[in-house]
Amino acid sequence: MATEVIKTAETANLEVFSATLQELAAHDRDILVVTSDSRGSGKLGPFGVKFPDQIIEVGIAEQNLVGVAAGLASMGKKAFAVSPACFLTARSLEQIKNDVAYSDNPVKLIGISAGVSYGALGTTHHSLHDYAVLRAINNITIIAPADNFETAEAIRQAAETESPVYIRFGKKGMPDNLSRQISEFRIGKGRVVREGGDLTFVATGEAVLPCVKAADLLEQTYNVRCKVISMHTIKPLDEALLFETAGNNQPIITVEEHSVNGGLGEAVASFLFQKGFRNSFKIVALPDEHTVSGSQTEIFEHYGISEKGLVQTALSLIQP
Amino acid sequence: MTIQELELKSVEYREKILRYIYNAKAGHTGGSLSVVDILNVLYNRIMNVSPENFHLNERDRYVQSKGHCVEALYVVLADQGFFPEEDLLTLCRYQSPYIGHPTKKIKGVEQNTGGLGHGLAICAGNAIAAKKDGLPLKVFTIMGDGELAEGSNWEAFMLASHYKLDNLCAILDYNKLQISGTNTEVMGLEPIDKKLEAFGWAVRHVDGHNFEELTSTLESLPFETGKPSFIIAHTTKGKGVSYMENTLKWHHGVPDKEQYAAAMEELEGIRTKILE
Repeated sequence: MATEVIKTAETANLEVFSATLQELAAHDRDILVVTSDSRGSGKLGPFGVKFPDQIIEVGIAEQNLVGVAAGLASMGKKAFAVSPACFLTARSLEQIKNDVAYSDNPVKLIGISAGVSYGALGTTHHSLHDYAVLRAINNITIIAPADNFETAEAIRQAAETESPVYIRFGKKGMPDNLSRQISEFRIGKGRVVREGGDLTFVATGEAVLPCVKAADLLEQTYNVRCKVISMHTIKPLDEALLFETAGNNQPIITVEEHSVNGGLGEAVASFLFQKGFRNSFKIVALPDEHTVSGSQTEIFEHYGISEKGLVQTALSLIQP
Repeated sequence: MTIQELELKSVEYREKILRYIYNAKAGHTGGSLSVVDILNVLYNRIMNVSPENFHLNERDRYVQSKGHCVEALYVVLADQGFFPEEDLLTLCRYQSPYIGHPTKKIKGVEQNTGGLGHGLAICAGNAIAAKKDGLPLKVFTIMGDGELAEGSNWEAFMLASHYKLDNLCAILDYNKLQISGTNTEVMGLEPIDKKLEAFGWAVRHVDGHNFEELTSTLESLPFETGKPSFIIAHTTKGKGVSYMENTLKWHHGVPDKEQYAAAMEELEGIRTKILE
């Protein structure tokens, strides 16, 4: 029985990112952080104080951020280019495509305050397109960690990866580890954070937490046992795990803090359909409309990326 | 290499540029002919880069920001021994690695370029890394004049002076023509020297076809300690082939059989004159 209460709002993934980078930088002078006046919003103040020679400020110039980081990476540096995801993956998209991915310069692109983390600041500050645009670019791994554990591991493993990586996370406090048992994380391998055979949530980033809450409630209240996969790596997708999961022919719900177009849901649907699976299937994401205004939590609730909304969606697929 | 040897080398490079563009029926002819003397001096007199040291982090770096003039770069790299020249017979052919913009698949090419306004920021990253590692290498890029309308360059210009990157040198291949017309008609650049000075760069003008000027200028880098160097190389688009010079249609025009023969004859005449 899933009775353990999920502890929330401890530490933002962003803070874990900063702490992990400090841990790495202490032993590796090639770790360089490049910021676009985003030191504060990236929680990198302490990093800058401790490692002043390992942080490079480029000013509010995201194209330059990525180009300079590519030049650093091509000289053997482990360059982490840190900027709000909304700017990083739109304004500097050509630099990501040409100078990082195409040129195979192994920059680590860190999209902070991603999705709708900026809430009521509005669409200029939202990144609901980043999975879609980066999925269409060859030679880049896309990661959205769900909890503090995944964040730290993603950063550690990305630092040792000799190819381009994009990692995005939000500002909100997140649980230390959404799984009660699993402490393994590998880029490209989804983590099953809840087991269950009646329905599967395939979610990514901060959208995993509401799935876990919904799964716990579905089990307690409706005796519906849900599997929850944290598909932290959106590209390359863990196709083996999806194949195994879909084999029971039960409903699958994908959940993401992204546009319904071009994100995790479409990636999963494309794979499953082409493999011949015909499970009941629903993509929960932000619809193709001007996003409602509000906080991240309010926006999540508005579009059903919430415990309540996901329980309803799950029940609609199980009891049609 | 003596000045006369450099002059003869450029005649040879121009012949080869035209040969491979003629063979491929594609290429950026005018710009390759305007930039090639600068590349000649960089690779034969200035830069510490060769097939033998290309794997060493200590080598100088060259990133061709105006990537479309790749034919000039390929010809020079082949001459340096990075790859067999006959590979260029596959230029722009199906499955050939020798595509119409620089690619790292070709030994000697540092970065994949082609989109304009990308080279300088990458070079700035190279220059910062070199300083951090205490490497005495120099980083070079050649930019096009039309390219300077890309805003990303100005982000990188700001950064390079902010970080006092005196190991960085940007060279403007200033032939004053771009695909739709003159720079003045399309997007005025002037006063380009004052703009760069205001951005904190040390600036010099040179005749981009004068080997002595190019050499002495490039040998005096950095122009000022603590400042990145900007060379405004005044060039002629289509240089060396009179009917191509300063003529817009040769931006990416490909000569037909008669035009090709006439161009080769003219270059042979230049060679004869140099040897007189």
